[in-house]
Amino acid sequence: MKKYFSTLIICLVLAVFFVAVQLGINSGAISWYWMTNLYLVGINIILAASLNLINGFTGEFSLGHAGFMAVGAYSSAIITANLGLPFPLAVIVGMLAAALAGLLVGLPTLRLRGDYLAIATLGFGEIVRVVLMNIDYVGGASGLTDIPAMVNWPIIFFSVVLSLLLIRNFICSSHGRACLAVRENDLAAEMMGVNITYYKVLAFVIGAALAGLAGVLYAHYYTVLQPREFSFMLTFNVLVMVMVGGLGSLTGSVVGAVIITIASAFLQAIPELRMVIYAALLIISAVFRPQGLLGEKEVSLNILQKLGGVLSGPVRSKQAH
Amino acid sequence: MGRVEPLLNLEDVNVHYGAIWALKGINLTVGEGEIVSLIGANGAGKSTTLRAISGIVKTSSGRIMYQGEDITKTPAHDIVKKGIAQVPEGRRIFANLTVMENLELGAYIRKDTKGIKQDMESVLDRFPRLRERIGQIAGTLSGGEQQMLAIGRALMTRPKLMLLDEPSMGLAPLLVKEIFSIIQEINKDGTTILLVEQNARMALQIAHRAYVLETGRIVLEGSAQELAKQEDVKKAYLGG
Repeated sequence: MKKYFSTLIICLVLAVFFVAVQLGINSGAISWYWMTNLYLVGINIILAASLNLINGFTGEFSLGHAGFMAVGAYSSAIITANLGLPFPLAVIVGMLAAALAGLLVGLPTLRLRGDYLAIATLGFGEIVRVVLMNIDYVGGASGLTDIPAMVNWPIIFFSVVLSLLLIRNFICSSHGRACLAVRENDLAAEMMGVNITYYKVLAFVIGAALAGLAGVLYAHYYTVLQPREFSFMLTFNVLVMVMVGGLGSLTGSVVGAVIITIASAFLQAIPELRMVIYAALLIISAVFRPQGLLGEKEVSLNILQKLGGVLSGPVRSKQAH
Repeated sequence: MGRVEPLLNLEDVNVHYGAIWALKGINLTVGEGEIVSLIGANGAGKSTTLRAISGIVKTSSGRIMYQGEDITKTPAHDIVKKGIAQVPEGRRIFANLTVMENLELGAYIRKDTKGIKQDMESVLDRFPRLRERIGQIAGTLSGGEQQMLAIGRALMTRPKLMLLDEPSMGLAPLLVKEIFSIIQEINKDGTTILLVEQNARMALQIAHRAYVLETGRIVLEGSAQELAKQEDVKKAYLGG
């Protein structure tokens, strides 16, 4: 009963938030500037949570997120802008294309470990960017324009909620258990009957598909795509969100995405210093809180209840080694 | 030897690690219900033999038969499903997960919720200390408790054959005794055991039969009692 109760409360809070923002946009209380940032927060939450699935929960180190996002953005933009087909089809194509890219990159590279996987996926991201720059069909270096503006608050909101729900359910399922086991000790996981290559690739493909979704939303909000937007800096940005929020914490990714997106909105006044402050933030968080703001914990109503009683009663506390 | 249908049979198994020839034509049988020990010095190929059986390392030639079926090329995660569980060297528990979660992951391949519950209870009955620490992070357990957890986790797969790799490693003598008597109990309850040990004295005490490995070859085999009496075995592995 308690469980249904807390689910009900979460749904209620989300519904109130959704309606309040919609009313704010309609009445003009939320300016266009903040609306854009709000959408960007949504897109970044999807990016951070999906990267966390790969890097935090399965323990791989991928740096290819900008590439997957670009694949999703461009393939969906081709559907709507170049072919004039409907937006829902573009969402499906964008996610499938990114998932396929994830599969093609993942199958050979997930046999690599640690640094090597990072290098391979980083290379993939750069290849996508350079290839896009040289295809005239998608506008080459000057970019793809006239993408129809399709994204509004309900689409962003439900994309974020559904993405988080998908990742959460995956993590809490036996598949998620398998991924966790792979992260903890892949040899032991294999001895327990976990097909480790399958789960590494599966998490990678789901993460890529969601990055593709973020790309679709990005393309159909800004209506213009340029290859240079999908540089390594984008991946780095998402990585900072995940690290600051906590590797292996889904709510951490949400918190990280919100903090970093809002912070960079404020820092736009001083673009020269932005990356310096970013780097400093990363160093500070690595020194003082290497596990991220939330570590591996999840913020839930249960914890809020427990906070009243024992402060030391989180569901699980990561052991420091 | 001379059994009609051995549970496990290795025929002329060779394993190479790059240029290193680790196993040089191993022939080995494990009959149902037995405890068989592999003893030998560091680098003799004991662990490699276990890893070849469980599919973690690839054989370069030879056959591994299990219940009359060729499992030489079967991937590791499928071998578990056939009823072979390995307790790896150095335990390799999931250090950041709880004792409970470790045991649950042991039952990862199984879908029978009822049977899993029963086995969980019997593992916790066998290892009361794990029951006391059921919610504790596994990495905070003592070495002996971690070994118990690794064995318990393997039992959760409900194995027919259990491969144990150096269960005594790094444990105090009293704990080694406890672990070995638990291994004997598990065997009495119907699980066949293939045991790799550097602690040859203990291994020969509980085993029915044993093989002695030297640089990738089996140099001696026989009943554990006979081997324990042989002069060269005494000299090389039992300290006099």
